[in-house]
Amino acid sequence: MLFWMIVKVAFKSLMANKLRSMLAMLGIIIGVMAVIAMLAIGTGAKQQILDRISAMGTNLLIIRPSQRGTAGVMSGTQLNLTDDDAKAVLEKVDHVHSLAPCVGRNYQVKFLNQNTNTQILGTTPTYLAIRDFEIDTGRMFTDFDVDHWNRVCVLGPVTATNLFGFSDAVGETVKINGINFLVTGVLKSKGDQGWFNPDDQVIVPYTVDMHILMGVDSLREIDVQADEGADLDDVQEDMYSVMRQRHKIQRGAPDDVMIQNQAQFVDAFSATATTFTILLGTVGGISLLVGGIGIMNIMLVTVTERTREIGIRKAIGAREFDILSQFLIEAMLMSAVGGLTGVAMGIGSAWLVGKLVPEFPTIVRPYSIVLALVFSAGVGIFFGFYPATRAAKLDPIEALRYE
Amino acid sequence: MIRAEHLVKTYLLGGQEVHALDDVSLAIAPGEMVAIRGPSGSGKSTLMNIMGCLDRPDSGHYYLAGEDVSRLGRNALAEIRNRRIGFIFQNFNLLPRMTALENVELPLHYAGRSDASAAAKEALAIVGLGDRSHHEPNQLSGGQRQRVAVARALVTNPAILLADEPTGALDSKTGEEILTLFKSLNAQGRTILVVTHDASVAAHCQREIYIHDGKITTPPTVVCEDVEEIAGVLERAED
Repeated sequence: MLFWMIVKVAFKSLMANKLRSMLAMLGIIIGVMAVIAMLAIGTGAKQQILDRISAMGTNLLIIRPSQRGTAGVMSGTQLNLTDDDAKAVLEKVDHVHSLAPCVGRNYQVKFLNQNTNTQILGTTPTYLAIRDFEIDTGRMFTDFDVDHWNRVCVLGPVTATNLFGFSDAVGETVKINGINFLVTGVLKSKGDQGWFNPDDQVIVPYTVDMHILMGVDSLREIDVQADEGADLDDVQEDMYSVMRQRHKIQRGAPDDVMIQNQAQFVDAFSATATTFTILLGTVGGISLLVGGIGIMNIMLVTVTERTREIGIRKAIGAREFDILSQFLIEAMLMSAVGGLTGVAMGIGSAWLVGKLVPEFPTIVRPYSIVLALVFSAGVGIFFGFYPATRAAKLDPIEALRYE
Repeated sequence: MIRAEHLVKTYLLGGQEVHALDDVSLAIAPGEMVAIRGPSGSGKSTLMNIMGCLDRPDSGHYYLAGEDVSRLGRNALAEIRNRRIGFIFQNFNLLPRMTALENVELPLHYAGRSDASAAAKEALAIVGLGDRSHHEPNQLSGGQRQRVAVARALVTNPAILLADEPTGALDSKTGEEILTLFKSLNAQGRTILVVTHDASVAAHCQREIYIHDGKITTPPTVVCEDVEEIAGVLERAED
């Protein structure tokens, strides 16, 4: 029998029971919708994390003192990272484009009667380029300011607003922990990054931060930017060996610094986000499976109801394959129509979630649509097969006698 | 043309063996119109199922157009039914939601023929329903439905038309019309086998095969005819 004839017959019999077919399809519709919407949320979350990581800067490596401790019990951070370490890394390690030593602690910052408690980050002017910051108004302090321990600072936009409202901060003097600092510039906003708001901080020369504010001689971290196209893992290895040499670590002893590179961040967070996406997709997939059971249920009812029709078709010469394909195509048609409707509704609901809940940006990738459609067609075949086989195996005499 | 040799069919009903067919042999020549008559439970339905290739005998041979079809598999039997046999049922057995034309086309689709529409129209014209081809069964009268069923049986040009109580669901006047149609088809050379319990239907045929308790016998005498009529009434009441 011609394929389009079977499709026409299948379509007619679905239309003969519109409500029932609709309800059976509803399971598939909701399932496909769930798969697409869930994958869109997962993909959106992943993209958001990757955007945040790339907002940290490009080709970034961070050297930090490692945690001190034995047998897994951590007992504080070592104070072993120095300005000389930073200079050595810049000189001895290949493919280091630039670096910025960093120190920092929270202090009270005051301007007239306004005050706020925020992080005071001590670093060098190269920090801005490494961490992808830009100056909005005024200028960045200079290497001259760093070398001469000048009390100058650059404010994050949120800190500036907290202290100055909408008036210009550049050229004013603020008190940090009671010491006067001249504001030379204000940063451009980068937006809240979730775990840390880079817009709410004050940047000062690290020499001033170390010696005048904090009174320490060790660094919190060294931010390193590698050359464009350099292999971050290789650069990381070189930095480890330079640091071992400088800190006189014996062969076999563990490193006393920890170096992370941005590629590792990306890998770690992508893996988490992928797991999250798979989890969400599985939830959608299970509802699709439940939808498939709904189709099987209806198809079994249909086969029983149409036993006599099957008997007639067999009497006039339908082979088992003819009956099988007829009912299988009917089940597949149902899941295909349901699947397409589900795709439309899935895209719609993903868009709606993105609109209503800005914390959950959603991205519908073409692969998720293909996946949902293939899976729903598979569900149609899988759950249509048993009822269709049952129809095909019916004894024509029994079927003709069926009332 | 059609030859059955020593057909045996036994059913198990509640642990008891029932000999539906007990060594039945018969032959039907091409162009004959034969009635198979017998009371209910006589085995005539079983015989008709085997002759219609819906069922296989336990033993014995059945030759249709020279081919032994008594040992074929299910799909091969389906093809034999499609090409060699035209069924006409008591309650028409047309498919709902399909027009008369589509119903008549159906066997041709299963045969994979591309000229289905033209052949189906021709068959409908033969039974006198050329103008009703786009009506669905529920828009047709009983007699018209049975004519559509006859057209569907004819359309593949089968070796034999098998009619199972073809007038059973019709009033006597319409029944006569269907039997007249059969006779005119027979006059054109069609081989027709009518299965019935009704002696007056059987009287329209050239020959009658009487079956009782799974065996072919001579019809009972007139006295028994009354008993048979009662059996017929009971059967109709059951239906």
